[in-house]
Amino acid sequence: MSTQFSLTDLKSIMRRCTGADDAQDLDGDILNVRFRDLGYDSLAVLEIASNIQRAYKIAFPDEAIEQILTPADVLSFTNIAQAA
Amino acid sequence: MMGRPTVITGVGVAAPTGVGAEAHWANLLDSKSGITRISRFDASGYHVQLAGEVHDFDASDHIPRRLVAETDHMTHLAFAATQEALDGAQLNSAEHSDLELSVVTANSSAGAAFGQRELEKLYSEGPGAVGAYMSIAWFYAATTGQLSIRHGLRGPCGVIATEQAGGLDALGHSRRALDKGARAVVVGGSDAALTPYGVVAQYANGNLTSCTDPGRAYLPFDRAASGYVAGEGGAMVIVEDTASATGRGAPILGELAGYAATFDPHPRTGRPSTLRRAAQLALDDAQLGADQIDVVFADGYGTSAMDTVEVETIAALFGRRAVPVTVPKTATGRLYAGGAALDVVTALLCMRDGLIPPSINITDPAFDDQLDLVIGAPRDAPVRTALVLARGYGGFNSAVVLRRPDSLHQ
Repeated sequence: MSTQFSLTDLKSIMRRCTGADDAQDLDGDILNVRFRDLGYDSLAVLEIASNIQRAYKIAFPDEAIEQILTPADVLSFTNIAQAA
Repeated sequence: MMGRPTVITGVGVAAPTGVGAEAHWANLLDSKSGITRISRFDASGYHVQLAGEVHDFDASDHIPRRLVAETDHMTHLAFAATQEALDGAQLNSAEHSDLELSVVTANSSAGAAFGQRELEKLYSEGPGAVGAYMSIAWFYAATTGQLSIRHGLRGPCGVIATEQAGGLDALGHSRRALDKGARAVVVGGSDAALTPYGVVAQYANGNLTSCTDPGRAYLPFDRAASGYVAGEGGAMVIVEDTASATGRGAPILGELAGYAATFDPHPRTGRPSTLRRAAQLALDDAQLGADQIDVVFADGYGTSAMDTVEVETIAALFGRRAVPVTVPKTATGRLYAGGAALDVVTALLCMRDGLIPPSINITDPAFDDQLDLVIGAPRDAPVRTALVLARGYGGFNSAVVLRRPDSLHQ
């Protein structure tokens, strides 16, 4: 678990777990763009977080889902959880 | 008419007989059946081997892939039918206040395919594997909710769960939405429960046929009636206040002239079905006598007991062989909440073209002395008015009266 979880890894999960997206462009610099503005509602964020936790066998704290607003927040929570 | 004059301005279909109202209509007139062996899963070990499946349907042709992944097949089918209905009605939801537009859908089996897939993940991979969209994709209200979000329909909305009468009850409910201030209502029904779990759940009522011959399986009003074949899909229509529809120059396909619903007494009481009362109340609502009805789209349940009740109802109301009767469901199977909604669309097309579509596959009518059943080929007839009947398991009866647009105000 030494490899850092990257934005590329996150984009891959975003595409996979919500269906190959043909409406939203994830190719640009979306690190600090709000999920809401990318077309991902709160359930979509829950789905993404759930997939990351299963794939990397980590656990986010309960309050994480409410605090995740951008991809940068996901990277932050993931890296903290991986370090724990 | 007890309430305000109400018209239908657009229709959309996603059914075993075709995706698109005109495709469905052409196949009905050609007596082409959508009933086949179940292809979605290996049904060889099941009591039921046949179904009306919607073939050649790719949800991503109609909605973004993200939405495909987040919603069930029943909702995909409703998305397709709704877009067709909105286009036909020339109703661009973005041009109206979202609080003036509503959606009412009927549903009976909920999101069977989505639910089964997520439960399989639960049992095989554990609770963490269940997707977040399970929380909203598989329940009855999912289609109304998703249509509301996608098309900006935030006026008075509703969800109807009255088994196979739902398609008509949704139409009745749409008039309430108009009374509460909506100017147009997206209304209809869809069901899609052709998965192992969904099919087994349908066994419970004991009325599905186990016949394996697609041409002999669903034969309402025939001496060989053995139950019904289930199908998937449905139809959506746009219902509007007449003044509002004519004001914006919308195409008028027909008037929703009357509606009524009744509920049967418990069988233990020995009291008779109230189907006749539902039909009479719908006629009263339309201010029409039975002799002014040009065709009856029968429920055609397909069991001897249920068929007998319907024949007695029609004969008592109209007289013996006094009105043409048809069951286009014979080409699709029974689509649950989608079935009666589809019958309404078919009845509108029947009035438009002056052609009564045949009940297919019926060769030995059991009630020939009482019922003028249209079989074999379409029948030419001027059709100004139609009565659509629907029944749901457990005692639901509903009736809708439709009137051809040029018959309005006569």
